[in-house]
Amino acid sequence: MGGTDIRTAKPAGADEELAGLEAGLDSLESVPVSRTPVGQVLRQKVAPPLLGAAFVLVAWQLVHAGGLVSEERLPGPRAVGDSFLTLWRQGTLFEIVWTSLERGLLGFLAALAIGTPLGLVVARVPFVRAALGPVLSGLQSLPSVAWVPAAIMWFGLTDAAMYTVILLGAVPSIAVGLVSGIDQVPPLYLRAGRTIGATGLRGARYIVLPAALPGYTAGLKQGWAFSWRSLMATELIASSPDLGVGLGRYLANSREAIDLPGVFFGILLILAVGVLIDLLVFSPLERRVLRSRGLR
Amino acid sequence: MHPTTITVKDAASGAAGLAPRTPAVRVVGAHKSFVRPEGVQTVLQDISIDVAPGEFICLLGASGCGKSTLLNLVAGLDEPTSGRIEVTGGRPALMFQEHALFPWLTAGKNIELVLRLRGVSRPERRARAEELLGLVRLQDAYGKRVHELSGGMRQRVALARALAQDSEVLLMDEPFAALDAITRDVLHEELTRIWQETGVSVLFVTHNVREAVRLAQRVVLLSCRPGRIAREWTIGMPQPRRIEDPTVAELSAEITDQLRKEIRRHGRH
Ligand SMILES: Nc1ncnc2c1ncn2[C@@H]1O[C@H](COP(=O)(O)OP(=O)(O)O)[C@@H](O)[C@H]1O
Ligand SMILES: [Mg+2]
Repeated sequence: MGGTDIRTAKPAGADEELAGLEAGLDSLESVPVSRTPVGQVLRQKVAPPLLGAAFVLVAWQLVHAGGLVSEERLPGPRAVGDSFLTLWRQGTLFEIVWTSLERGLLGFLAALAIGTPLGLVVARVPFVRAALGPVLSGLQSLPSVAWVPAAIMWFGLTDAAMYTVILLGAVPSIAVGLVSGIDQVPPLYLRAGRTIGATGLRGARYIVLPAALPGYTAGLKQGWAFSWRSLMATELIASSPDLGVGLGRYLANSREAIDLPGVFFGILLILAVGVLIDLLVFSPLERRVLRSRGLR
Repeated sequence: MHPTTITVKDAASGAAGLAPRTPAVRVVGAHKSFVRPEGVQTVLQDISIDVAPGEFICLLGASGCGKSTLLNLVAGLDEPTSGRIEVTGGRPALMFQEHALFPWLTAGKNIELVLRLRGVSRPERRARAEELLGLVRLQDAYGKRVHELSGGMRQRVALARALAQDSEVLLMDEPFAALDAITRDVLHEELTRIWQETGVSVLFVTHNVREAVRLAQRVVLLSCRPGRIAREWTIGMPQPRRIEDPTVAELSAEITDQLRKEIRRHGRH
């Protein structure tokens, strides 16, 4: 068998021919990936939200100027701008923002430090999953403001009470995000990992965690939103000179002073800080994770 | 150039049965059954195969006959219900039909991860990864992401990653089944060349008869339900062969007849 058509030696240049063929196939099949030009990014990503914001501002001004709603109900953009100038001249604007932002970020980092190992254990240990899974999902849908009275009774009007509420709001999101990220890891990666010797802790570090990153970053993003909301709710309710003036407190103070433009400015600030952190930290993080995998 | 660590063996001496050396893989009387709700399903029955060092074996069988199951047993991903499996030279490398490259790493880093898990030092890792990419003719792919590579390139990176394990045994589970014919043909040539250059033992699973005859020194036909070794052919034709060779076609026709016979047996009941 097999003796009829023996090709003993490779024809000269056969190897080069193969290399050339292969190079041709490679270049035919590869999709050139180019960056989107700046102009297109400006037109498609930056301009629309700016236009949207401008539209809201103009509509607001028109409603205000048209006298449809009385000044006591709806202050105009100018009055709200004056609130900004007042704070700016007092030099307290950054202090107020930073008081809240610092709390929010510290609380979020603490939630990260607790939520990540918790999520890992829930995802990997079946008994813990059965025991804690429903609790975490339940906590995730419970508005964390509900914890404010309890936190105040436990810790008094202190920073500890604030952090408690933040943690109860953000830890479940982060843990659940990581669990769903791990659940979505294709079994093929786990098998490939095992064949190259990534098992146990090494498997978690080199395969499971990086593979779960898309779900995890989604959880982080939601965790930040929950941290920020919880914090604002708590600051609004908990009032004490020891706590300093954060954004929530500023809002409450403005209400007590019957300063509606101040209230509106407070709302705008809270919105701006939440959106800005998402825009500067979490959206780029998520985009990087997805883009590096060719998912977006 | 850095010193190459790829050992070059004379490919002709890699043929089976020359000397009574310890086989690279030895499967002795392996059974495998799965417990399912409907009852116990015997997937593999009394399988015995020796893969000699440097030998290239194709395991041929219809879909669902237990080829992947057998490969998983040899890879150590699963345990046989009874029987013995011995592998020399450490954990075998395994390549799947899907490339199974990690999308969060570049092509080069995918290879380096394997080296890192083996305890290779950082500077050595980089050099070795580039060397292996060179071996599959993808020198320029080091920094490329998986999604930027074509199907054929992904399988070549996957091959390089498998070779990074430096195992004496390479297991391949229908690795080219999802590729188009031209690319598959090119990869056959590459695999043959790399097998000859490295002297690695290959156990290659496929349901494609011509592919088996194109590549193997020995073709083992697996029957179905339960999977048993039905027949085997030794192919003396030297490499590189072409899939269009009349001898390849002739033998393929013979093996296909056998394969069809095996499949028809199941249509009767
Ligand atoms: N983990 C498992 N549990 C139960 N049945 C399995 C498992 N793995 C494979 N099987 C069964 O074993 C048979 C052979 O599967 P497989 O080895 O994948 O076949 P092949 O690779 O030849 O197509 C199939 O009928 C499949 O359903
Ligand atoms: Mg299979």
